[in-house]
Amino acid sequence: MIRFERFVLPNGLKVIVHRDNSTPMAVVNIMYDVGARDEDPNKTGFAHLFEHLMFGGSLHIPSYDGPLQMAGGENNAYTSNDVTNYYIQLPAENLETAFWLESDRMLSLAFGEKSLEVQRKVVSEEFKEHYLNKPYGDVWHKMRDLAYKIHPYRWMTIGKDLSHIENATLEDVKRFFFKHYRPQNAILVVAGNITVEKVKELTEKWFGDIPTGEKYTRDLPQEPEQTEARKMEVRADVPLDAFYKCWHIYPRKDKRYYIADLITEILSGGGSSRLFHSLVKEKKLFSAIECYHSGSLDAGTLVIEGKLVKGVKMEDAEKAVENELERMRTEKVTATELQKVKNKVESLIAFEDMSLTNRANSLAFYELLGDADLMNHELEKYNVVTAEDILRESRNIFRPENSNTLYYHSKN
Amino acid sequence: METLTVDRKIAPPITDAINFHLELKPYEKFTLDNGVPVFGINAGAEDVLMVEMVFFAGNSFEEKNLVAAATNFLLKNGTSKKKAFQINEHFEYYGSFLNRACYNETSTITLHCLNKHINELLPVVGELITDSVFPEEELAIFKQNQKQRLSVSLKKCEFVAGRLIDSYLYGEDHPYGKFTSHAEYDALSREELVAFFDKHYRNGNCMIFAAGKLPADLFQSLNKHFGKLALGNNFQKPIHNISSAKKPGEKSRISNDPNGVQGAIRIARPFPNRHHPDFQKAMVLNNIFGGYFGSRLMSNIREDKGYTYGIHSYVQDHIQQSAWVVSTEAGKDVCQATIDEVYREMKRLCDEPIGEKELQLVRNYMMGIILGDLDGPFHIIARWKSYILNGLDEHYFYKAIETIRTVTAEELQQLAKKYLNHGEFYELVVI
Repeated sequence: MIRFERFVLPNGLKVIVHRDNSTPMAVVNIMYDVGARDEDPNKTGFAHLFEHLMFGGSLHIPSYDGPLQMAGGENNAYTSNDVTNYYIQLPAENLETAFWLESDRMLSLAFGEKSLEVQRKVVSEEFKEHYLNKPYGDVWHKMRDLAYKIHPYRWMTIGKDLSHIENATLEDVKRFFFKHYRPQNAILVVAGNITVEKVKELTEKWFGDIPTGEKYTRDLPQEPEQTEARKMEVRADVPLDAFYKCWHIYPRKDKRYYIADLITEILSGGGSSRLFHSLVKEKKLFSAIECYHSGSLDAGTLVIEGKLVKGVKMEDAEKAVENELERMRTEKVTATELQKVKNKVESLIAFEDMSLTNRANSLAFYELLGDADLMNHELEKYNVVTAEDILRESRNIFRPENSNTLYYHSKN
Repeated sequence: METLTVDRKIAPPITDAINFHLELKPYEKFTLDNGVPVFGINAGAEDVLMVEMVFFAGNSFEEKNLVAAATNFLLKNGTSKKKAFQINEHFEYYGSFLNRACYNETSTITLHCLNKHINELLPVVGELITDSVFPEEELAIFKQNQKQRLSVSLKKCEFVAGRLIDSYLYGEDHPYGKFTSHAEYDALSREELVAFFDKHYRNGNCMIFAAGKLPADLFQSLNKHFGKLALGNNFQKPIHNISSAKKPGEKSRISNDPNGVQGAIRIARPFPNRHHPDFQKAMVLNNIFGGYFGSRLMSNIREDKGYTYGIHSYVQDHIQQSAWVVSTEAGKDVCQATIDEVYREMKRLCDEPIGEKELQLVRNYMMGIILGDLDGPFHIIARWKSYILNGLDEHYFYKAIETIRTVTAEELQQLAKKYLNHGEFYELVVI
């Protein structure tokens, strides 16, 4: 049970306070309700580029990192298709430094030309390092494009095309900032060796005078139901043939999300899971195989991907995967198998909650979903899933017309 | 209510982290009936724990490449009573995670689980370390899949660069410098694994680390399951000689992928182990050079020039002998410019004393990191494990803190002059 208190500033900033006096540290986590899904299709990669620019100096503070390091703190950030999250860990005694830094960059960035110019290059190198200069690095560019025709999940967080980043202007950056980086679009979590009174005082002092700004109303085009199986083949300079297939699943707040999550655990995620045991160990068709889902807020995808054993034909590998899915569609999972995946979820939650940084991040995420207290009820939602639920949703998810298949052939 | 306008240009006052009182929570130590030591850290709010068995069975002990790693990997793949599937199913049913890893001196089997399941799991861990049978079929699958994985890794410039620079530093015959090949996977035989297992696990030398909200009877349980086994506590490590085929200062350029758009750059020199009197001071110098986000290398090469997504320097985590390494992936057309800047930063550290403000910042930053890293039982036991395996104790921790507080700019400049000489580094670019 993770305890917390909550208050809201007049400008709309939501604040969550979680006390843990067993640590000398404090964590300050700010989640902005903006991700790659909020981007203009002709200016993709912006939310992520923006995350970089948030470290390039704010209105009154030329350097973000220096003063934080001087206070014994460190920080990082991440951008997903849904959210952008910034977090600081520092000695609790120096908590106010985090408030000073975070509030100033919420007030306004410095918008320096040099920072934009350098970070465009840095992000280009990040793009190359992770997506161009790696075998199979372009797979998710292709898969997203195949699976989504309308919804902005059709591009990756890093962006659809390097040119979008290279062409970003300061005007674009400013517009993005004042549209999304406003108090009413943010959730501040303060955790660790702190008191609610102190956090209230500091929040009012540092964030109280930041203007509310215009309300951003998200109105994203939703992906229509897929009605026809889609397929794509590529040939590339990679050592092994690889198989990718994904199916549309449910939004994060849908009850069926938990069912889909358990389906991935039954299929993959351990040496006793079905795909690994059957296709890697018994049939020896794949040298590695995984099943997972995107975990996104809007309806995401459930994915199976694997590398084929040299000499195995793609069609045979796919057929073997289909046989396992046919079992999911026709036979109920046993009570033991269902209990196994529920026990794993219980364990994962307990281990995740060990870290103060994780707890702060989860509180922000669930508050964004609607209520921070949801994080204390996740296990219950998994525990009510039945074998019938798994059977029904397997039938619904693993339909051919809901599927997107990519054969990634080795040229060699 | 009156609103106070704040002066945002003025930083709030801070307590210098160097003034914090840092304490390393001492471990509890027990000895099993057979002499195996157990080090425990009892802390944390969640009902979870970790038990790690460390065997002296790393690749320093093998006579043929890959035997140690393959033995460690296949510990979970069959005993005389259970098939691999049943072993996995058992640990997974209880929501536990059983991992194994092979290093140079040691190899580990690590169990993470909820406290309530520990007694169902320890007996099976005991079974694995006494009764693993290494079925031929499991070995065949392992070889095939590892070879395929290797083929993919070899397409990555950073993987190729990582293994080449280690071979330059230590030589291809040294445990720290040797690397794997498809032929060596093919050459593995079951008998070699069985023999290695018998000597280094079943009759091997072992220590146990436990952390979490430890159950009151954990020691009795460990003694019950492991205290009667033929395990010993002779923690000698074999010494291997270094014989590099390369000369310090040599520049190597490797073409790995004709379509590559980035080069993996590694610039490295030999460096002594943690027992050397320069080691802790060098940690401070390394931080300034390339050890954190505000370092000279990051500020210059990423934040000023944008040549790379990240550049780091670090001292390798080795017990016998180490190396000081600069590592980055940079755009193909800016690799040379990146290398020039790395040397320029080395020279600057040799020629100019570090300013008081920068030094103060690094002192505070390093103290804050240590403070944060003492958070929770798993972090604390990891630090203790590192000290114990390196033959160190809590004095090392307090000495490190003292060094961070007191090392002078002059000492750091002397150290830079001693170690950061262009001509003593191996230089490698793999594109």
